[in-house]
Amino acid sequence: MYRLSIFLLLCGIWIVFSGQFDAFHLALGVLSAAFITAISSSFLFVDRSKGFGARLRQITLLPGFLVWMLYQILLSNIHILKLAFSSGEIPEVKPSLVRIKTNLKTDFGKWMLANSITLTPGTITISIEGDELLIHSISSETTEGVLDDSMERKIARIFEPESQ
Amino acid sequence: MIIEIICIVLVLSGLLFLVGGAIGIIRFPDFYTRMHAAGKGDTMSVFLILIGVAIYQLNDFSIANLLVAGKIFFITIFIMWAGPTSTHALIKAGIDEGQKVWTREDKKGKPDA
Amino acid sequence: MENFFILTGVAIFALMLPILYRIIVGPTAIDRIVAVNMIGTKTMVLLIIIGMLFKRVDMFVDFALTYALLNFIGSLAAARFFDRVNPDKQIANLETKEQES
Repeated sequence: MYRLSIFLLLCGIWIVFSGQFDAFHLALGVLSAAFITAISSSFLFVDRSKGFGARLRQITLLPGFLVWMLYQILLSNIHILKLAFSSGEIPEVKPSLVRIKTNLKTDFGKWMLANSITLTPGTITISIEGDELLIHSISSETTEGVLDDSMERKIARIFEPESQ
Repeated sequence: MIIEIICIVLVLSGLLFLVGGAIGIIRFPDFYTRMHAAGKGDTMSVFLILIGVAIYQLNDFSIANLLVAGKIFFITIFIMWAGPTSTHALIKAGIDEGQKVWTREDKKGKPDA
Repeated sequence: MENFFILTGVAIFALMLPILYRIIVGPTAIDRIVAVNMIGTKTMVLLIIIGMLFKRVDMFVDFALTYALLNFIGSLAAARFFDRVNPDKQIANLETKEQES
């Protein structure tokens, strides 16, 4: 099941990148996709115990999260722009390091949380150690923003519905 | 016509965010705040400019143009994943190297020092 | 529309100059690495704009994709170089704040 979906995904990527539809190139694409699926299909979708319904639920919930994420990136760029054009010695900057705990279990969930924290205004994840995240925050208001766990609950609702 | 207007608006707003990142990397006082400007300013501006170009490319519709727009969209997805990852790697390297964090107290320090 | 793309390319090129200042002046080596990474991203956008000008985007988009991949790998390798410089990891001069839960 998972192997078949990885194979179809690789075939789609081949068609987009080669852009040729004659039989020779299509056969080459099918051959190389089958070869890559055979040797390294275990890199993608590490947790194979989830059924088809759970994956379908993740796929349907993901676009809403991505749109929210895009809005957050827009806000953080406006924040950077505001800081860059403020006059004199930049008044708002008061850096601090924050250490927060997360309840997410899987590596993919932690990666998603770290990238989301990096892309929201004024915070960058420095490192993940176990279930602790070290975060550099640019001012005291953004520190308040990262300490509440609304983003973590959004991610847990999509990727780990059983943990809450 | 309306597609060209959408393209121009997207590319111009992308250029505005690029200006923000470029000014930020000059003005911000220490390495970590410069990382904020570098990591975030690039993602959104590249996204906006490339989406604008892809929409303009779809103006006269054909299979080849659809494939090109698909490739450009793939590049934007890749940038949105790779940007935060390289930001983590570089700021972790800065921590390991022992970069000083700029604080409000050292008044004498020029922002560049 | 062609003039607009020419102006966009010139603007992106002009925006590389302030980052070049950070490469030349930048106090430490890692500032320079960050600046090189930003210039690489801008070069990738510039390649696609040049492709729009030459009416050969189908060719230039592959160059841009390769450039983005190389830029990402290059910044990761440069960051890896600093990995074990300071093993005891005393984080500069700033207190850390714990989450009260």
